[in-house]
Amino acid sequence: MMKPLSSIIEVVDLSHSYGERKVLQDLNLGIGKGEVFALIGPTGAGKTTLLRIVDLLEVPGAGEIYFDGKCVPRSGKQRLEIRRRMSFIHQKPQVFNLSVYDNVACGLRWRGEGKNGIAEKVDHILEMVGLEGYKNRNARTLSGGEAQRVALARSLVLEPEVLLLDEPTANLDPISTAKIEQLISYVARQHNTTIIMATHDMSQGQQLADRIGVLLDGRLVQIGNVTDIFRSPQNEEVAHFVGMENIIEGVISASNEGIVMVNIGGNALQAVSNYPVGKEVYACIRPEDITLALSRTQSSARNSFQAKVTRVTTLGPLSRVEINCGFRLVALVTKISTEELNLQVGREVYATFKATGVHVMEKGIRQ
Amino acid sequence: MTEIWHGLTKAIELIISLDPEVMEIAGMSLRISGTSCLLASLICLPLGSLIYSHHFRGKRGLINIIQTLFSMPTVLVGLLVFVLFSRAGPLGFFGILLTPTAMVIGQMILITPLLLGLTISALSGVSKEIVDTATSLGASGFQTVWLVLREARYAVLAAVTMGFGRAISEVGCAMMVGGNIRGFTRVITTAISMETSKGDFELAMALGIILLFLALIINIVLNRLQQR
Repeated sequence: MMKPLSSIIEVVDLSHSYGERKVLQDLNLGIGKGEVFALIGPTGAGKTTLLRIVDLLEVPGAGEIYFDGKCVPRSGKQRLEIRRRMSFIHQKPQVFNLSVYDNVACGLRWRGEGKNGIAEKVDHILEMVGLEGYKNRNARTLSGGEAQRVALARSLVLEPEVLLLDEPTANLDPISTAKIEQLISYVARQHNTTIIMATHDMSQGQQLADRIGVLLDGRLVQIGNVTDIFRSPQNEEVAHFVGMENIIEGVISASNEGIVMVNIGGNALQAVSNYPVGKEVYACIRPEDITLALSRTQSSARNSFQAKVTRVTTLGPLSRVEINCGFRLVALVTKISTEELNLQVGREVYATFKATGVHVMEKGIRQ
Repeated sequence: MTEIWHGLTKAIELIISLDPEVMEIAGMSLRISGTSCLLASLICLPLGSLIYSHHFRGKRGLINIIQTLFSMPTVLVGLLVFVLFSRAGPLGFFGILLTPTAMVIGQMILITPLLLGLTISALSGVSKEIVDTATSLGASGFQTVWLVLREARYAVLAAVTMGFGRAISEVGCAMMVGGNIRGFTRVITTAISMETSKGDFELAMALGIILLFLALIINIVLNRLQQR
């Protein structure tokens, strides 16, 4: 596994159970200083538990956590000292039944900071999150988005070395979401804060993270940079999870200098891969990588199939077009193109995609 | 019915005229119950926080016992204090039986379970997420408990109010260990008891109304505090 040169946090052989239920299994993960790491996975995959263990709120059933090169003890005062170098924003923002000012100031007070220093920092951070007029309001009277910003301010004011975020924008409206995302990337850039965020929102991970870890059923199935995860998912589960809509079963029928032919029920598809002939594989194609045309056009793309439109659904500015070309494919095109090409059920089209746009993975790998 | 009416008019008369004896009795009630409630709070709030924040074997059982003691009869407490502090008792050398001090001790024993139990349940009412959030923000164990106490302040204040209410309204213990000595250990409840047995229902009624009036004032003050 690739490890950054200077990890601030390292998780080694970590496993954790709640009673009989295994929540995390044999996790190994290194987070580099200043890195933005997104932990993606469906609800119940163990993201929150992992964050709780990293924040030292829970002691793992097995395995170790290293913080800044030192092994974190399982009990004792040192845990508090290490925890004070981090900050964790929980999924449901819990504001204390105190004024906004006191909410934001409490972490600094707990660290024994002087009154004047606190006032200055709190004022500055409230301005940054756009809550400067709310100082004396009771935090319980705020809206969800405002409360989330108080929670963020309360953590950021501590200038943590590591910021942990658990679904920071779940249940927020789009405007609040955008504000929070802006703040997160601002902090990452300006303060070089290491950020670990759990999210089930793939686009958020894609947008904010340097690297992504996919957590499925308590196992870290794949860790890699954004392109790796989205272009080359390691197995079927990851592919499904990252929105790879076209996952087609086939067999390698020919292989020549890194280009293979994948036989899909009689149709041959070209892809870049090194699997040997006879290997059972999945060919994965992202819907946005498929071009639809009314006639067979000359291009460098290696794959072009005649197809019939079987279904068209609108997704905002885009159309999701399902076609049948001997096998089922889903293409994502703009609504304007849909109208111009008059794409409707029964219409004959040509589906074109590049050999490099096809990701081939071995069938049946389960880690 | 006439007793109630006459009692009411007499109470108003006594209050308006600031009758010195009534004022003294009411003052003694306030002083003794206020002291016992304050001291019990000083013990129970930290002790309750300690029980709340620690996990140990038999915690559930301990809380059950504490809650059972909510209904401890006042005369039983009176008996206990009497036996302990009587001249021949183990703590007799203090010589405090039939003094306000003994009454304070008795009332403290009486309301301690109530304050302790209600403090624990007030703190338990604060969500686990609040505790986690505080811990995540770097609060030490003590700082977390302090925050939780502040989060639960209304419920804690309600517990203190209830403790005070039980202390000022009890008669059994005050009578047994205080002795209802005029100008020394006579409080409103013991005075009511005595006036009733003397047949002076009006004065007894007036004192009862004054007691309720005091309770009302204290509640108003505490409500004000809560709303801040």
